[in-house]
This record gives sequence, C-alpha cells and structure tokens, in this order.
Amino acid sequence: MDKKRGAERVQPSRTTTVTPQPTSKRGAEQHKVDLKGHSESWMRNHMAVGKNALTKLLGTPIATVMTVAVLAIALTLPGFLFTVLSNVQNLTQGWEGEARLSLYLETSLTDEDADRFSRTLLLRDDIAAIDFISRSQGMLEFKKYSGFGDILDAMNDNPLPAVVVLLPKSRLVADLGIMRAGLQALPEVNEAVLDLEWLQRLDAMLAVAKRAVFVLGVLLGLAVLLVIGNTIKMEIESRRDEIVVSKLVGATDAWVRRPFLYTGVWYGLLGALCAWLIVQVAWLMLETPAQELAQLYRSQFQLSGLGFSGSALLLFMSVLLGWLGAWIAVRRHLREIEPS
Amino acid sequence: MIQFEHVSKHYDEGYDALKDVSFTLNTGELAFLTGHSGAGKSTLLKLVMLMEQPTAGHIQVGDQVLGKLSRHDIPFLRRSIGVVFQNHQLLFDRSVFENVALPLQICGYSPADAARRVRAALDKVGLLNREKMNPRALSSGEQQRVGIARAIVHKPKVLLADEPTGNLDPQLSEEIMRLFEQFNRVGTTVLIASHDLSLIRSMRHRMLTLKSGRLIADG
Repeated sequence: MDKKRGAERVQPSRTTTVTPQPTSKRGAEQHKVDLKGHSESWMRNHMAVGKNALTKLLGTPIATVMTVAVLAIALTLPGFLFTVLSNVQNLTQGWEGEARLSLYLETSLTDEDADRFSRTLLLRDDIAAIDFISRSQGMLEFKKYSGFGDILDAMNDNPLPAVVVLLPKSRLVADLGIMRAGLQALPEVNEAVLDLEWLQRLDAMLAVAKRAVFVLGVLLGLAVLLVIGNTIKMEIESRRDEIVVSKLVGATDAWVRRPFLYTGVWYGLLGALCAWLIVQVAWLMLETPAQELAQLYRSQFQLSGLGFSGSALLLFMSVLLGWLGAWIAVRRHLREIEPS
Repeated sequence: MIQFEHVSKHYDEGYDALKDVSFTLNTGELAFLTGHSGAGKSTLLKLVMLMEQPTAGHIQVGDQVLGKLSRHDIPFLRRSIGVVFQNHQLLFDRSVFENVALPLQICGYSPADAARRVRAALDKVGLLNREKMNPRALSSGEQQRVGIARAIVHKPKVLLADEPTGNLDPQLSEEIMRLFEQFNRVGTTVLIASHDLSLIRSMRHRMLTLKSGRLIADG
C-alpha cells in the first residue's frame, strides 16, 4: 500500500518569517488515502454509522417505540384517507358509463303522440337506445311499487307524465350537458333530467375531500418533521461531549452530521412500516363487509389497499421526512456546538 | 512548525487575552508555555487549534497560514495536531480502545489498521491491558494517559497539551512529562502549557512565559 499517512514528516523550515504561500493544501494531507481507499473508507463509515444508529435506537426500545408510534399515527391517517378516496373514485368511475337522460313529456300529449315522439328520437345518431314508458304504464308501475295505489285510484286524472329514458352514445359530461339542453328545448318535453347530475356533485365533493386530505397530509407531514426534528435535537444535546471531542480531533461537519441523519432515516422507515401495517390491517378488516355490500348491489367492486405504488410512496415520503427533519435539527444545533 | 507573528486576541467582553505575541517553534522542538492562570496560555493553544480566531497578526502551523483557512479546512488542520486537555475530554459511553480509536475513525483508517495503531499507542502510554475498560474505571493519571494515547494515535506533527498534569501528584506529573519528552524524541513538535514551574524548570527545555497576554520571556 502506498498510502501517505501521518508518520510522514515535513522538513524543518528554517525561515523565521511567515511567508503566506498561495497554496490550497490542507493540514491533513499526510492522512489522505488514495481515491479507492477513500471511497472504501467512506462506504465503511456509512455502513458502520447506519448500523450504529439503528443499534442505538433499539438499545432504548421504550423511547423509540413512543416516537415511532407517534410517527405511525401521523402517517396512518393520511395514508388511510388517501386509500379511502381512491376506492370511492374507483367505484364512481364504474358508474359514469351508465349516464341516462330522462325526458318527462308534457302531460297534454296523448300516449300515441308521445310514442310517435319517442320513435323520432330513435332516428337521432347521438342516442344509443330508448325506453318509452307511457302514462298508463307509468301509472301501473307506480301503483305496484309505491303503495299509494288507493290514492291514485281516487284521482280522476292520471297525474303522471309519459317518460322517455335515453341511453346517450357519448359518455362525456360536457356532451351530455349540451344534449340535455337541446332536448329540454323541444316542445314535447316538459323537463329533461340528466341522471349524471348527482354523480357530478359526488365528483365535486370528492374533489373537496381530496383537497382536504391533501391539506391534512401536509399538516401531518409537518408534524412528522417536527417530531423527528425535536427527537434529533435532544439526541444532539445528549451527545454534546462526543460532538465536541470529535470536532477537536478533526471531524468534518459531514462526519458529525451523519449519525443523526441516519437516526432520522431509521425513524422515518420504522414509522412508515408501522403505518403501512396499520393501514393494511384496517383494510383487511373492511374487506369482508365491503364484499358483502358489493354483492348486494351485484357489483364487481373490489376494495384495493395501499397497493405497490401507495406503499412505495408512503415509505419514500416518510424516509424523506425523517431525513429532512434530522437535517434541519442538525443544521440548527450542530454549529452551536463548538469546542471552547 | 508553529509561528506566531504579532498575534493579539481581544475578547468582546473587553479584555486582551494576548498582546502582540511573536515566537517560532521549530519542527522537532519541545517548549513549555507558562504563566499564571489567565495569562493567555489556553488562548494561545486555542488559536493554534483554530478554536478561536486572532484579532490581529499571523499564525502558521506547518505550511498552513491559519488566517487563510476556511471553515471547511479546519478539521483537516486539526487532524495534523494532537491535543491533550487538563480534563482529558474522554467519552464515558465507550471503552478505552474506542476512545483512542476515534481520531483514526474520523481520518478513515480501516478497522484492522486502526486496531494496530490503537494498541501501539496504548502500549506507549503503558495501558495496553486496559483497552476494554471504561475510562471511568481508571485513575485520573491513567485517564490522562488515555487522553495522551488518543492525541498521538494518528501520529500528528504537532502535540499540544493544556495543563496535562493539573490534577496529578508530583510523581505522576513527572511520568506524564517524560512521556511527552519521548514523543518529542521521535520528532514530534511539542508545546505544553503548564504552571507547574518547579517541574518544568527541572526538565531544562525552552520556556515561553506569558504575563497578562504578553510574552515576557523566551528561553
């Protein structure tokens, strides 16, 4: 090995005056190892420091569990709500294809006129299918299902309008809106109702909910940052002597910082793993009742948990927050600790 | 090796710790720095370590002009200097071995290489059989020797000591001083701050005497 090390000595200088030389050499020149050795020792240091940080955390299990529990709760909430939202979205996407337009015709139209009108609609190329319910047919169905048959019998006139239910070809919400307006303008039509409207409202509500979950997520992310930052700050305080001594014997800022950054990363990772576990268990508990509910509606709907990308995102965000929290704490407090 | 040129240090609280101090310590030399407490001995050592910046003047350590070093360069300067403190600054959460190994870990030595050097250093101060112990379990003389082992384990060019015998009885003090002489004999430049005049007079080395921040005697 041709490493240059501390034993090498500089020749005695005979000059008695200080001659500032334009040199960028550092004091540790004699300790520098070659590039390969340098990256090797860097790797070794990272491995050792990472392992050490974890060992230290596991060495104080109660304090660690408390901190990790707080982190897990803060991470579980947005994680769980995000999955709830994405499931609701999956569900409503299945419904959007079934948009229907109901045309309530003028009651002044006779059943024959109404029938003729419904056939003219069939000629239009933006309509896939129609279903005509005449006034008397409507009356029969209403009597059968509503239980108000007696009241209707008592009335002289049939108050129900004839109804044409359309299945539009287009599924775009904008197209459907225009179509509805066009049909509403026809003289035969009293009122055109887009069955999609409640879905649109649900969509709008979902958008609000999404934003709310996002804000909540950001706030809880901030909480994670603060919890880790504060934990690291206390860790720095308790290791003050070690930091001072390390700096005195020539530790760089990066070297002093490293154990704390690893501690932050471990906290983030442990918090994320716990949160992941909680979310998965929660979905497991919801799965059976949700399936039973779906079967009642003859729906093929399947609950989906965090999934791969959700889990990866949770892990990544948490580790990032752990690192960042530690970095902020270290940046704020490490410079204050100087040997004196 | 260490050169002070018209160095002054003024503290904001309003007193001058050092006033116009100039001296040169050649490579391989051993000198004592003496004076009453408050005369500026510690301040002078702190300036060499860049724990403080001088208010005026130039300081050179080896080929480093300290005023030209950035914050980033300070750790690398400190790696070329070994320091022994009066309160020895040992870490009680680890063994003697790990205390001595710290500078080597920081410099990036491989564990095997570091272990060899740590044992060599502990052997030199006569504490090889104590490596697994916690420093807390050692006597104050032994603790001081662990501090010395840590200061010399990476074979620094310069060895500084701030009152290394402060808490020790005369016999232990002399042992410690003999240890410094040994390191000096193999080429290390040594500067020892001490107010134990009777001891250091008996050792017949160069003496730099400070009084109220001024260098009043050299020889």
